Amino acid sequence: MAQDGIGAAVRRKEDRRFLTGAGSYTDDLRRPNQTYAAMIRSPHASARLQAIRADAARQAPGVVAVLTGADLAAEKIGNIPTGWLIHSKDGSPMVEPPHPALCADRVRHVGDLVAMVIAESWHQAREAAALVEVDYQELPAVASIQQATRPGAPLVWDQAKENTCFDWHIGDKAATDAAFARAQTVVSIDLVNNRLIPNAIEPRAAIGEYDRATGDHTLYTTSQNPHLTRLLLGAFSYGIPEQKLRVVSPDVGGGFGSKIFHYPEEFLVVWAARKLGRPVRWTAQRSESFMSDAHGRDHVSHAELALDKDGRFLGLRVRTLANLGAYLSTFAPAVPTYLYGTLFAGCYTTPAIYVEVRTVFTNTVPVDAYRGAGRPEAVFLLERIVDVAARQLGLDRVELRRRNFIAASQFPYQTPVAVQYDSGDYQATLDAALEKSRWAGFEERRKEARARGKLRGIGLSTYVEACGLAPSALAGALGARAGLYESASVRVHPTGGVSVFTGTHSHGQGHETTFAQLVAEGLGIPIEQVEVVHGDTDRIPFGMGTYGSRSLAVGGSALVLAVQKIVDKGKKIAAHLLEASEGDIEFKGGKYTVAGTDRSRTFGEIALTAYVPHKYPAGLEPGLEETCFYDPKNFTFPAGCHVCEVEIDPDTGVVQVVAFTAVDDVGVVVNPMIVAGQVHGGLAQGIGQALLETALYDEAGQLLSGSYLGYTMPRAADLPSYQVGTHATPCTHNPLGSKGVGEVGAIGSPPAVINAVVDALAHLGVRHLDMPATPEKVWRAIRAA
Amino acid sequence: MPAITIRLNGKSVACQVEARTLLVELLRDRLGLTGTHVGCDTSQCGACTVHLDGRSVKSCTMLAVEADGRSVTTIEGLATNGELHPMQAAFKEHHGLQCGFCTPGMIMSATDLVARRPGASEAEIRSWLEGNFCRCTGYHNIVKAVQAAAKSGGR
Repeated sequence: MAQDGIGAAVRRKEDRRFLTGAGSYTDDLRRPNQTYAAMIRSPHASARLQAIRADAARQAPGVVAVLTGADLAAEKIGNIPTGWLIHSKDGSPMVEPPHPALCADRVRHVGDLVAMVIAESWHQAREAAALVEVDYQELPAVASIQQATRPGAPLVWDQAKENTCFDWHIGDKAATDAAFARAQTVVSIDLVNNRLIPNAIEPRAAIGEYDRATGDHTLYTTSQNPHLTRLLLGAFSYGIPEQKLRVVSPDVGGGFGSKIFHYPEEFLVVWAARKLGRPVRWTAQRSESFMSDAHGRDHVSHAELALDKDGRFLGLRVRTLANLGAYLSTFAPAVPTYLYGTLFAGCYTTPAIYVEVRTVFTNTVPVDAYRGAGRPEAVFLLERIVDVAARQLGLDRVELRRRNFIAASQFPYQTPVAVQYDSGDYQATLDAALEKSRWAGFEERRKEARARGKLRGIGLSTYVEACGLAPSALAGALGARAGLYESASVRVHPTGGVSVFTGTHSHGQGHETTFAQLVAEGLGIPIEQVEVVHGDTDRIPFGMGTYGSRSLAVGGSALVLAVQKIVDKGKKIAAHLLEASEGDIEFKGGKYTVAGTDRSRTFGEIALTAYVPHKYPAGLEPGLEETCFYDPKNFTFPAGCHVCEVEIDPDTGVVQVVAFTAVDDVGVVVNPMIVAGQVHGGLAQGIGQALLETALYDEAGQLLSGSYLGYTMPRAADLPSYQVGTHATPCTHNPLGSKGVGEVGAIGSPPAVINAVVDALAHLGVRHLDMPATPEKVWRAIRAA
Repeated sequence: MPAITIRLNGKSVACQVEARTLLVELLRDRLGLTGTHVGCDTSQCGACTVHLDGRSVKSCTMLAVEADGRSVTTIEGLATNGELHPMQAAFKEHHGLQCGFCTPGMIMSATDLVARRPGASEAEIRSWLEGNFCRCTGYHNIVKAVQAAAKSGGR
């Protein structure tokens, strides 16, 4: 192993600029002659747009332009596309309504865009925006799944009958019905997966530019995947050739899914910049983020689990209603389907599974991928119903799980819901988590807490999730409109330094360090010699960006393969210099050696020779630069066990997480420090979902949790210090063996928390609590018991 | 427009500002110190935290004119001669940052805490950081970093 290579807890290369205030986020950029945009958004959930009077705004000081939906409609551009096409169980395609960047006749959620005011300063833009008068004729709205699915409910889209976008299924219905027919016991649960607002601390921002001389457009944007944004903006919402559009995502302050998608503001600033011949910038105020960043989760489900007399799972039925909001965001149709229904085998050998998902439109912000995206919803449902089954049957929660686990010897394991797990060892992660969390001694701690007047509970979840969505051919067959590969280019400079160009994007994940470690490992050079470049479509060949815990498993694999190409080309050069045959050259520790001799050349010497090819193999191209596009053969399947311990104050209903243990199998770990940090962050979001966070609309579609006054962000004092560990079974189908770590924390933790809360209250007869388990909800449950 | 003079990161700066200008607007938009960030509009996220006469304040919640005649330190003024402040070094050593957006405010807040309470406990650190949101780290490593910096005298 190189000193800074795979497995080393290298401190991050990118930290210094962030620690000294030298980071460069989109809103930090200053462009010559720039103008400022303020967005005018609908205050109504559903209304007809009758008139927009903008004369006063146009004459206000500093105003450069006021643009409305009528301007867009006249040019027939500005429709924001979605990236997936899902078919209903009857074979019909989903209802795919338009999504104009500025509304022309109807608004469909609070925050929907109506107009854009551009001025010389931010204050002038805001002041002029206040002068724009918009006449709305309010229409009835549906703000929740319950409202949208009532008979005769108002329609968000006339073409979507009963507000249904599609009604999808997966699994074998007949086999599942048969399993239920021979079951000894059937347990059921109704549950809600609460709607969340991602809340990256950096608000979204975008700057558009247009160069009249060349016809080149540039978009600086807070995006997790600049190439995808270029594709969607260039080919769909604007219609400009990709070679005339550069998308730059500089430092980005967190994403968690919310910055994957192509948003209307990205189109608007580029379009306006071209109209005005000046840069146009926009940065969301936090209140805009709440009403325009794609939300996450928002499911209502009913599920049944069939068991035999020994507690073996025979079948699982799931019926889910999923809220998509008012428009189809970029990944939205995939989230409650292929990222959800395919996960219901979990860690278990359940032979028959049938999942139905009906998605509905509502007059709310579009719902799309948020950390975990479909998988937290599936894992929450499954791990709750397993706990309910254990209690109903009087079986031990751990034993029931063990009895149904897929054994380590059963991999590769084909599930009844399409996916095939490549590797895992669920008993091992469970054992490690139980030991680390001192599960066995819990009853003593419960007693001790009881003596202090506190209700203490413990809960666990054992989960599997799927990352690195792939391969492209399969994704295409399922309805993806893009590929799901990744690219990496490795440019070795004549003096031995290396630039890596990756199509993934780091917005906190530490790629500049982890990817440099892969190169250090592969080429035997110090990481200081490696520079990792991302986030600029003019510098990077192509890429699909960062989401779904894919960067290392897919982008890292591409990099490892590109490095191998460099090593292989170097062998040809070394063989020539050392007058040996290529097959006799070994590469190790940064040196090419003729096997069994002390004759060698350093990697640096080979790099120089590639660019100064005086003594060089005939027919070999000079230069040392290689690119790899890697399309994985399968998803990866991280798994693990999370254990949560809570104490509840029965007088106030306040739940305190007193201990949290996570043991995750994320495959091969490149940087254990960064992996632990990723898990910590995911846990905080999962605990936040379980106890604190929820996006609330009233019946009229007003967003009640529209600021940090109304939306409970997890704060330091709400959370414990975590105990985390890993247990690796390498991924069998990628060259690195890594599975992905970005989302495991947010996926495994919510059911562990709620299982602990229910455990603390079970003696009172509490069987289930929906998230978030707020003090009020817990207090009422205690009082009602 | 009011004329003000502030001592900014150890140097005297004189400028004219509109009376309504927030301190953070002066820092970011006029003076080009973009290390201080804006993450919300309700004074809760703490990304804009700077020091005013050595005490942490949210620069989105005070007017630039209120800083007249006073000393302001931003994240750009914390390192000396290129050497990281002990709190900055501790954040790096303990992986107390990921995306880096909350980091400047977090560090300015934490240095104030450690100056006030050098022996702060984990509970005190967590309670003090109530006004600084981080969405990436789950706070675990931030708390570790602040504890470590406190031990090494990182004020």
